[in-house]
Amino acid sequence: MTAITTPEVSPPASTTVSRAKKQGGGLGRYILVRFLLIIPTVFILVTMVFFLMRITGDPITASLGGKLPPDQLAARIHAAGYDRPVLIQYFDYLGQIVRGNFGNSITDGRPITSILFEYGGATLELAFYALIVAVIVGIPLGMLAAYFRDRWPDAILRIFAILWYATPVFFVGLLLKLVFSVWLDILPVAGRASTRTELELQSLPHQTGIYLIDAINTGDPDAVGDVLLHAVLPGLALGFLTAGIFLRLVRTNVIGTLQTEYVDAARSRGVGELRLVRKHALKPALIPVITVMGLQIALLLGGAVLTETTFEWRGLGYELTQYLGSRDFVAVQGIVALLAVIVAVTNFIVDIIAALIDPRVRY
Amino acid sequence: MTTIRTSRTRSFVYKLPVIRSVRQSVGLQRGMLITGLVITGIFILTAIFAPLLAPYGYAQLRGAHGNFGAQDPPSATHLLGTTVGGYDVLSRVIWGAQTALFAIVVAVVLSFFIGIAIGVISGYLGGWLDRVLVVIADAVYAFPTLLLAIVAAIVISGGSSNLVGGVFAAGLSITAVYIPQYFRVIRAEAVRIKSEAFVESAKVIGTGTLRIMFRHVLRNATRSLPLIFTLNASEAIFTLAALGFLGFGIEPTSAAEWGYDLNKSISDVTSGIWWTSIFPGSAIVLAILGITLVGESLNDLADPRLRTRRRAVGVTSLAEVSVQGGGAVDDDVIDIDELEA
Repeated sequence: MTAITTPEVSPPASTTVSRAKKQGGGLGRYILVRFLLIIPTVFILVTMVFFLMRITGDPITASLGGKLPPDQLAARIHAAGYDRPVLIQYFDYLGQIVRGNFGNSITDGRPITSILFEYGGATLELAFYALIVAVIVGIPLGMLAAYFRDRWPDAILRIFAILWYATPVFFVGLLLKLVFSVWLDILPVAGRASTRTELELQSLPHQTGIYLIDAINTGDPDAVGDVLLHAVLPGLALGFLTAGIFLRLVRTNVIGTLQTEYVDAARSRGVGELRLVRKHALKPALIPVITVMGLQIALLLGGAVLTETTFEWRGLGYELTQYLGSRDFVAVQGIVALLAVIVAVTNFIVDIIAALIDPRVRY
Repeated sequence: MTTIRTSRTRSFVYKLPVIRSVRQSVGLQRGMLITGLVITGIFILTAIFAPLLAPYGYAQLRGAHGNFGAQDPPSATHLLGTTVGGYDVLSRVIWGAQTALFAIVVAVVLSFFIGIAIGVISGYLGGWLDRVLVVIADAVYAFPTLLLAIVAAIVISGGSSNLVGGVFAAGLSITAVYIPQYFRVIRAEAVRIKSEAFVESAKVIGTGTLRIMFRHVLRNATRSLPLIFTLNASEAIFTLAALGFLGFGIEPTSAAEWGYDLNKSISDVTSGIWWTSIFPGSAIVLAILGITLVGESLNDLADPRLRTRRRAVGVTSLAEVSVQGGGAVDDDVIDIDELEA
């Protein structure tokens, strides 16, 4: 019916309709192109990781070599298909990945995807806490530094930001542990929850793996408090790392926007200084910040691996370290490939958000 | 890239990247730059003279009075105490500088040359090679560097890290991560420069492609390199330490490595033993801090919007600066810089 009625619409109306369509098509096409770009990115990363890992030899010799007699080793290599030509193994592996199968770990024989589902939530939770800390700390301090550019608050904040950048997240973690858990003895040393709370959470019928949500579901305020207490130090350690980057980014961009003529114009109209910085200077400065946040996701994941190891936070990064220690390269390859997919997808989402905020990005 | 302020009468020394920046800087920026240079200098000297400075060897477990104790607090014989493995903390901190410097040299030199060569070739020649390389570089760039370094370390050391070449393995794995960064920067410059008139005139008089690439394009594409160089050097220290911290670094008998020592100190921290973690950790912080301060200052000085100007010094009120038409002054300067570029 609509197809028949459309030609009857008067000419001016139809032009507005087509213009609206064209603009929607611009964004739609942008999203589609960005989405299709995920495929080569993931493909290249998976290919690279696969061939790099195969240069070292087969994973079974790497993890079990020396522990099993040679004939048993050869039998296991044959059973897993690692004695076939590398290219055939590669296409086999690609086929498995397309079906969502990342293989089984050698040391404990678990499917990699189940490792992801079990521990992914923990990493997600940690990254979420870290982002909250980063936004709360980084953005206001960045504005402050930009406003007092080259004067003492700026000097102190910039030195602070560089110090945070220079301090590896695992050293920050160790220092926080030393001060707050050992010397002051007010926060737990490691782990995601105390044993009692863990047992309580495991008795839940539907577990999300995200302890905060699970703890709220138990309806036990002690459990929620316990989970939150355990999250403070890891969240701060990883959050400060990101906060330092946010601070620098916001500072640079707000300095740029503070110099624009519309800020001068607003100031001459008598707009208050606070409003000037928050509304006029910060908002346009946030667009590049959001774009760069996409790249920070990769950094955040890398930092999460280190933070999890420091605090024995049993997430993907902690498991990755364990598998690295036992030289289980199938598990390492699987987790790394999965993290690559997560990074590619996050970058895609960030690009879309940037395009929605700033129309110039689309063209 | 000589500025108008730097006239012909000044000597060649003043045109060198870092020295030129020191002269150009004022106030806080100069303080940061010089602090960074001093810390970096101390770091490099410590690394070079480690055999003379360290009281013991990095893998030494016994002295004149028998075995070192494990987890001994700082004392006269062990100024910074001993580790859980019975090593002297001070000695391992000093020797660690050498390992870090070695990793930086391997990583930065390799990624520098490979990244630059690929960047110039890709940017100047263009075509399908360029497109393929850009997609690959973008993919690698978006990848968590630490994970890539882990994979590369597995490949290079073959899953066994007890080789003396473990340092080299760490350096090479860092290289794999940083080639794309150099590639991206140099390629972007090469694409910009290849449409300049002087490149076209070189083509007209029949200059060979290779000569144009490395003489005309590359030599004009290097202005942002000192900055990436310092950033990568600091990230090389971080990546080396992170690999060590994850238990994938260098065995203590092959070399002293700060990340490894920190990994071994995780359980010490829980029992209140602070000297095994604080000292190697502070060494990492200082080394990265020095190099970052240099890089950060160079970055600000290279960007006309961020550079503090001499004429602005002494004006106390920020509002005054802005109202006085700071924008207009800056616009002039940017124009000058663009003309020179």
